[in-house]
Amino acid sequence: MPNQQTLDQTLSAPTLLKVENLTTQFEIQAKSFFKKPTMLTAVNDVSFELKEGRTLGIVGESGCGKSTLGRSILQLIRAQKGRVVWQGKNLLDLSPEQIRMARRDMQIIFQDPIASLDPRMTVGDIIAEPLTVFEPKLNRAQRTERVREIMNAVGLVPEMINRYPHEFSGGQAQRIGIARAVITRPKLIVCDEPVSALDVSIQGQVITLLRKLRKEFGLILIFISHDLSVVRLISDDVLVLYLGRIVEAGDCATVFNHPAHPYTQALFSAAPIPDPKLARQRSRIRLQGDPPSPMNPPPGCPFQPRCWKATDICRTKMPVTELVRPGQSAACYHMDRPPEA
Amino acid sequence: MTDTIKNDVLLELKDYSITFKTPDGDVKAVSGMNLTVKRGERIAIVGESGSGKSQTFLGLMGLLAKNGQTSGQALLEGRDVLALKPRELDKVRGKDMAMVFQDPMTALNPSLKISRQLTEQLEIHRGFTARAASVEALDMLKRVGIPDPTRRFNLYPHELSGGMRQRIVIAMALLTKPKLLIADEPTTALDVTIQAQILDLFNDLTAEMNTALLMITHDLGVVAGLADRVAVMYAGRIVEEAPVDELYENPAHPYTAALHAAIPRPDQDVDELVVIPGRPPNLQHLPKGCNFSPRCPKAEDDCIDGPPQLETVAPQHCAACFHPFPRLEELLTHA
Repeated sequence: MPNQQTLDQTLSAPTLLKVENLTTQFEIQAKSFFKKPTMLTAVNDVSFELKEGRTLGIVGESGCGKSTLGRSILQLIRAQKGRVVWQGKNLLDLSPEQIRMARRDMQIIFQDPIASLDPRMTVGDIIAEPLTVFEPKLNRAQRTERVREIMNAVGLVPEMINRYPHEFSGGQAQRIGIARAVITRPKLIVCDEPVSALDVSIQGQVITLLRKLRKEFGLILIFISHDLSVVRLISDDVLVLYLGRIVEAGDCATVFNHPAHPYTQALFSAAPIPDPKLARQRSRIRLQGDPPSPMNPPPGCPFQPRCWKATDICRTKMPVTELVRPGQSAACYHMDRPPEA
Repeated sequence: MTDTIKNDVLLELKDYSITFKTPDGDVKAVSGMNLTVKRGERIAIVGESGSGKSQTFLGLMGLLAKNGQTSGQALLEGRDVLALKPRELDKVRGKDMAMVFQDPMTALNPSLKISRQLTEQLEIHRGFTARAASVEALDMLKRVGIPDPTRRFNLYPHELSGGMRQRIVIAMALLTKPKLLIADEPTTALDVTIQAQILDLFNDLTAEMNTALLMITHDLGVVAGLADRVAVMYAGRIVEEAPVDELYENPAHPYTAALHAAIPRPDQDVDELVVIPGRPPNLQHLPKGCNFSPRCPKAEDDCIDGPPQLETVAPQHCAACFHPFPRLEELLTHA
């Protein structure tokens, strides 16, 4: 259970980002010219709030829509339905030019650090590019000064300013990506699997850097990852996605210690624990099969074909999201509820 | 199995090295490696990228890039695999030792049906007729947990999910009942719930068939529940080797200890991660002395004198370090 003090702070902190019933669909071309294209719902009716100073982790397996959700929030992908309210404005109502200006406050860090950097630009130019867009009045010297300052902050040697991306290791390249994201002093950064491509020893460095920057710049992070351990380490709140829907959400400690939804339980019990004795002892929930295709979602609850608790109602009607305990909600007919007090 | 072989050693690497010739000079990817694998034993080879963990076993399988050269000995049941002629190696590879790769899509031939990919080696290595091979292959598909195997038998790889493909690759590798199965990051490309399924599969099948398993991975978490023994590699050398419980409880080498402490836990709240400064060295410009010394919190002046050799620090436990961590008991008795 979260302690009462942090809970009160959470409840009273101002909401900076509010996502309401967000639904993102992609049109899939039919194989035949005469057939209608089918719709793939990648993000399905997602709602959540993000309070000031909190880091939100989004977890789920591949194809669950976690990256699409992150991009839909930033309007890199336009959602079909719902609202993304950021600083009082619904981003879905803004014109492309207005969104471009709003991006000054909202940045993204990608998974593949090398691929996300233009190989023909110098590191200095890559990091300075957001400045040329958002602060065009700066002269060259001022821009270079800002770049050097931010390179220092992310642990890059400013002397490397004229080098090219291929001269850097994966961990350093990710620092460049982070420098580019924070140079305009954004308020929100979506980190899409930022450490998945990195070695363990480098992963720790990048996470530590993100935590440091979060504190220094007062950033809100949305941290998308398939790695539960990393999410637990960095997040305050967590969303568990399955087939585009939130199946469980809440404050990190509560959800990790008392997962209520069967999928969350299975996901957590499958996460490898670096302790041989514990790993052998613990009883694992063995899920059968693969996640269903979002092209052809099952009726009712999306998890029901793999769920060991599924009953008739699960196969016909999607469960609604309910409060499990303060700071935790889940969408399941058969969730683990706290014992009656 | 014929039990006339008293010795239960299956594979022995002796002073095994791999060198790549490059325009900028020779690069030693693996240096003087010694490793013994017993029948049915599961060994995890843990290291970060560039540690030489994959090259070690590509070299063993004769799959190195053209500029790669092996030296030393790799004795599989007493026969040096490195000295075999290509023809002779073909008879051992895929039969006595098989390999499972990280990416199941590229490991499968996209233009052949699953059925053909599975029956091929039975016909080549074990002299099965096409019909008998089909029966055997279908049976193996069931054992690796492919639902509806008869239908999937006639599909192409792209029609299957990633987890299913990796099961096919494992089925392929196990069909010839190899004595040694080498798995190179077999679950890295898979989702967590699928990873758990595949690890269970390795666990059950290698026990059932008494196949020795060499699991190459970067993740100390993945192998904790599976391996009997763990060897940690750094910059082309084994820096520590121990039974799994011993290695996690009493890491002697500072690199092993740091690697272990650098993993966030899914089951515990951790406030601060231990961060290993710097990055693994460039194999072309190795530091003087111990390869880990520039990043090591315990490094002293003597660490640059020469690479430390693997030395026994406890029964079955050896580490290559001049200043290994003392064991927990030792600390307690001194206190």
